[in-house]
Amino acid sequence: MAEMKQAPAGAGAGEKLLTWVDNRFPATKLWNEHVGEYYAPKNFNFWYFFGSLALLVLVIQIVTGIFLVMNYKPDAALAFASVEYIMRDVPWGWLIRYMHSTGASAFFVVVYLHMYRGLIYGSYRTPRELVWIFGCLIFLCLMAEAFMGYLLPWGQMSFWGAQVIINLFAAVPFIGPDLAILIRGDYVVGDATLNRFFSLHVIAVPLVLLGLVVAHIIALHEVGSNNPDGVEIKKGPKDANGHPLDGVPFHPYYSVHDLLGVGGFLFIFTAVIFFMPEFGGYFLEYNNFIPADPFKTPPHIAPVWYFTPFYSMLRATTDDMVNVLAILIGLGAVLNLVKGKGDGKTKVIALVVAAVVIGLLKTFEAKFWGVAVMGGAVVILAGLPWFDKSPVKSIRYRPGWHKIVYGVFVVNFCILGYLGVQPPSEIGNVVSQVGTLLYFGFFVLMPFWSQLGTFKKVPDRVTFTPH
Amino acid sequence: MKKLLASLLATLALMSGAHASSESLVLDKFPKERVTDLAALQNGAKIFANYCLNCHAAAFMRFNRLKDIGLTEQQIKDNLLFPTDKVGELMKVSLDSKDAKEWFGAVPPDLTLVARSRASGSGSGADYLYTYLRSFYRDETRPTGWNNLVFPNVGMPHVLWELQGQRAAKFVEETDPHDASKKVHKFEGFEQLTPGKMAPQEFDSNIADLVAYLQWMAEPMQTQRTRIGAGVLIFLAIFTFIAWRLNAAFWKDVK
Repeated sequence: MAEMKQAPAGAGAGEKLLTWVDNRFPATKLWNEHVGEYYAPKNFNFWYFFGSLALLVLVIQIVTGIFLVMNYKPDAALAFASVEYIMRDVPWGWLIRYMHSTGASAFFVVVYLHMYRGLIYGSYRTPRELVWIFGCLIFLCLMAEAFMGYLLPWGQMSFWGAQVIINLFAAVPFIGPDLAILIRGDYVVGDATLNRFFSLHVIAVPLVLLGLVVAHIIALHEVGSNNPDGVEIKKGPKDANGHPLDGVPFHPYYSVHDLLGVGGFLFIFTAVIFFMPEFGGYFLEYNNFIPADPFKTPPHIAPVWYFTPFYSMLRATTDDMVNVLAILIGLGAVLNLVKGKGDGKTKVIALVVAAVVIGLLKTFEAKFWGVAVMGGAVVILAGLPWFDKSPVKSIRYRPGWHKIVYGVFVVNFCILGYLGVQPPSEIGNVVSQVGTLLYFGFFVLMPFWSQLGTFKKVPDRVTFTPH
Repeated sequence: MKKLLASLLATLALMSGAHASSESLVLDKFPKERVTDLAALQNGAKIFANYCLNCHAAAFMRFNRLKDIGLTEQQIKDNLLFPTDKVGELMKVSLDSKDAKEWFGAVPPDLTLVARSRASGSGSGADYLYTYLRSFYRDETRPTGWNNLVFPNVGMPHVLWELQGQRAAKFVEETDPHDASKKVHKFEGFEQLTPGKMAPQEFDSNIADLVAYLQWMAEPMQTQRTRIGAGVLIFLAIFTFIAWRLNAAFWKDVK
């Protein structure tokens, strides 16, 4: 066992306590490594607020969730009434409920902006691939968490939204129907489903989420943060103490900086909670104020707004779309054969894989491929570190027209989202099919387009204007 | 980066303006100031308890919550406590759901949250209810003898017919704007068949009171919510300003 450190003579009670703890638990070491002496680039901008805000919203959801569970009843016959009981009879219950429902939507707003920051500044590039992958896993868990949480109020939209989405899993070949029964706990969405979704939403997924968030931050701190210029500050000049000249310790510079972000965020967050908690029916859907009725299908079932871009892509995958995908994959394989850079063996393998995929596309029903497209749209994000072949990290030093590509990607994502809210229509279907191809094209073609154009020279030091 | 953000915001703004209404209903506007008028809310509660609670439940609303709109427990007990004798009870209904299905074709839905659930792109839930309750007309082809413009072939009769009187609806045949070969019935106006106990404006005002009560009942804490919200936002504005200046102070020495 190592020598126990002694507190200096004449030390106060606080310092003596800290020394006692430090001899048994790396408290000061952890503080220094991750906060007090974690040097982050000094040129963080507005886009860098959203990581700490995501952590704030996670804490808000957990704390409000704990208090909601004290009065919520996870029983199909009692759930809806218990939510109204919280709204009316529990002191400040209405505030906790609104904080939780607004927090769910706020979580996705913050996370989408957080991910976009990663996209434009190349934060997923070496050596931060694992930070990005943990992030993608967090995103997947978040979607599961939100989906299960939405069933709990047991309103019309809760019930029928769950019914539609779980039925999609029944389209998975071979295991589909059994998988759907496993998820539901029964042959139809009912009390059994509510109970298991409650358990997963309250305990299982939050634990996994917390673990992933810790891993996400540890992975980040291991390699250091990126910045809007994509310049590695650890490779730059250092000061007398060996700290990067372009960095500042997280505390107090970014703890205070993030406080500003928190203030601004809370202003918008509380404006919604206190003045428009329903947010035009997007945060609290109107139909969900009717208790679930298995015998009455609502005229229009749509998922909550944050799922709608992916829902659009699912709806767009019709039989025609499957044919289009098959043709595109075939074309891709042929192009690879003719113009690819790999050797003969890889080209043949690519052709075989393409043939198998096209065979599968024509064998299984389009409904399953819709699910696959929806899932694929989320999972494909994880491949970004390997799709991006640009010589520079940050969009600041890329050719100007790359900005247009990113702009188109965002606008396309928003249009897909808008279409997902609307009932299906002829023209909406075509637009979402084009949108789906644009979305996937952005990633699949990235190894090619990310290298095109004249890149600007990346500076050695970060661009920072003193405040 | 700033140009990218600006162009994105501009596109989004344009999109929200182009949002097409998914509903084709044209709803009258409910006079919103009634929701904060205690006298209107009390009148609405009176109409609700006397006319609606016989068939409809408001199973999430407690009788003693009516104290929030200025009624005393004694007043509630004397005038509004029909289905039960305990003032802390929920506004449940004694109508059997099987009987209701037989008599009306559907179970009358619970009304506690109807002002929230009936909102749509066409208007707020209160707009819907205000228009609905004033759009009944005589229709001999319906089992109840009544139909409604806002909810065609509704199972509900015109419960307040004695107050409004009986009205018929006049329709004209017009060519369908989407398909020239088809004809549609277009509503032209109402015709008063027999007078009601109230003049039309008085009836409309009472309906506004009733709808105000329904909107209040859907979310009884709504007035406190906005009041507290104003205070919270003022606090946060000051907090953010101080945080901004604190941040500037810390970052002053960073070169």
